[in-house]
Amino acid sequence: MRIVTLFGFLLVALSPLSPARGGEVDLSGNLELQARSFWRDPAWAGQDDRAVQGSIASAAEIRWYNEAGDQRASIIPFLRVDTTDEERSLADLREAYWAFESQDFELLIGANTVFWGVTESAHLVDIVNQTDFAGDIDGDDKLGQPMVSLTLLNDWGEISAFVMPYFRERTFAGIDGRFRPPLSVDTDRATYESSREENHVDLALRYSHYIGDLDVGLNVFSGTSREPRFVPSQDGQSLLPMYDQIGQFGVDLQYTKEAWLWKLEAIARDGVMHSFAAAVAGFEYTFYQVNDSAADVGLLLEYQYDRRNQFEPVTIADNDVFIGTRVALNDVQDTAVLAGVSYDADTGEIFVDIEAERRFGENWFAELRVRAFSGADPGDTTWWLQKDGHVLVNLTRYF
Amino acid sequence: MNCTRTMIWTIAAPLLIGAAGAAFAGEQIGFEIAARSDRSDLGFGDSSVELQMILRNAAGQESTRSLHIMTLEKPDETVGDKSLVVFDTPRDIEGTALLSHAKILDPDDQWLYLPALKRVKRISSANKSGPFVGSEFAFEDFTAVELNKFDYTFLREEPCGELTCDVVERTPRYENSGYTKQISWVDQSNYQLRRVEFYDRRGDLLKVLELADYRNYDGIWRAHNLSMSNVQTNKRTDLIYGDYTFKTGQSENDFVKGQLTRLR
Repeated sequence: MRIVTLFGFLLVALSPLSPARGGEVDLSGNLELQARSFWRDPAWAGQDDRAVQGSIASAAEIRWYNEAGDQRASIIPFLRVDTTDEERSLADLREAYWAFESQDFELLIGANTVFWGVTESAHLVDIVNQTDFAGDIDGDDKLGQPMVSLTLLNDWGEISAFVMPYFRERTFAGIDGRFRPPLSVDTDRATYESSREENHVDLALRYSHYIGDLDVGLNVFSGTSREPRFVPSQDGQSLLPMYDQIGQFGVDLQYTKEAWLWKLEAIARDGVMHSFAAAVAGFEYTFYQVNDSAADVGLLLEYQYDRRNQFEPVTIADNDVFIGTRVALNDVQDTAVLAGVSYDADTGEIFVDIEAERRFGENWFAELRVRAFSGADPGDTTWWLQKDGHVLVNLTRYF
Repeated sequence: MNCTRTMIWTIAAPLLIGAAGAAFAGEQIGFEIAARSDRSDLGFGDSSVELQMILRNAAGQESTRSLHIMTLEKPDETVGDKSLVVFDTPRDIEGTALLSHAKILDPDDQWLYLPALKRVKRISSANKSGPFVGSEFAFEDFTAVELNKFDYTFLREEPCGELTCDVVERTPRYENSGYTKQISWVDQSNYQLRRVEFYDRRGDLLKVLELADYRNYDGIWRAHNLSMSNVQTNKRTDLIYGDYTFKTGQSENDFVKGQLTRLR
């Protein structure tokens, strides 16, 4: 019975759709097939040695708007099944909220995703949502965050307050999976600094505005760190994530002038053992319509700096230079390539990341990604990823 | 020697002054035609419309995008309108939105919303001549056309279909335009734009825009079929508009960057 209902729902979801307007429900969704191919055998005991590892993921989007246009609701269930690593399988509600808005405020209750920041190579100030690290190591995949948020619109900018009553743990590859340290992370045995554990109420405040060519964001966060540090388990067989209480002030700036985008993200964090600062700063410059073609070629340069000590959660972006290029063909298929190299000035490690994407027909979208890590010595920040260079192919069908 | 030069000047001066006067008159008339056309739109307040964008390559292969556009009028001719373009299809870019605060001569302020990351990005508007989402429309064709963005010269009047049109040359005053000039046809009955020829940086004819299916909404005219043909590549993009809704009660707060994350 339940399956029949689900099927009926899927059929509705797959029927031809039009954008939702007042009083309507908009259904859409996608199905994603992914293969990750590793060119080296795994480094650590317990990791599955299959060279090609597949997964399938699907998201449905159900959106509702009322006739008056002042209320909306959204539900986005997401499901991922991995054929190799059961810890990478995931069921999540990326969005599940109801929102009421008027001319100068919005109240939102439920799970939502919020992005803060401007830089490309690292997302320092973006702290509301937990990272689905098992999904992808780039940190762009997020888990829905339960919240009550109130946004006030003023002539002098926008202020949002977030009350987050429940904490989402970071996902990590399991014992079978790639992209993990020699010991796997046991997410079932996470510990917390707060006695309220995942029920600690986190608070955040953000101000966002622009003044001419300058976009400004300021934010404060107080609560459970989204980044865990790791404590070896007593039996020495796994790593236990430990989530501390932190306070963080963040700022993001972008100055947009002609073809230049100048970017800065900086944080000051009252961390586990000490207070420290971190920043990412750089630019993106774009050559438009290169050689009289429709294509744009952008150059990106960013420097990542982080003052945290060894007691804080590990970061790889501590003293690194990122150089990249973004090519957009501006064709009908929206073909685009983003290729970058990160260089760690302390260890000399190099991390290469190439991402290409385009649409096929009206409803298919393909992504090809190649990543390689040079870290090999135990002192290197990516030494644990040394055998995890891979080619990733993602094929998505939209409904 | 001196005598000859004086003689030449005596003959030439009135001619030169006359020509300059005619040119000035041509500019004056050209501006007035453009202003009359622009002001026929005055007082629309705000508008909302859904449209289909049909892209055709030289081989005739088609690809369709559906989008909706909301516009907030800024009646003051020294500031530009605000607009919000939201894509509904293809599905992979559903919810992608472009917010523009048009300026007259300064670059527009523009933000792009990427729904997959829920990320709002301020983007450079220096890319005026670049193709808008792979179409034959450039960004500068798509953002609000403001009266004072151009200098005008009246060329002639001639029949255009069943109507009579004023033919006015307009040259962009703003930076980074891909055009050296545009030749526009404005009808004398309703003062609406019927056709525009775009000349590239080399001065060659690049594109032709035909505007058709004009409908009158209580005195406000809107074309519902825009066809942009690239004569150099033989590609074409058609914009097929649905019915416009005016005065939907949109305000400044609906055109701020934070609103991009609340569209859906």
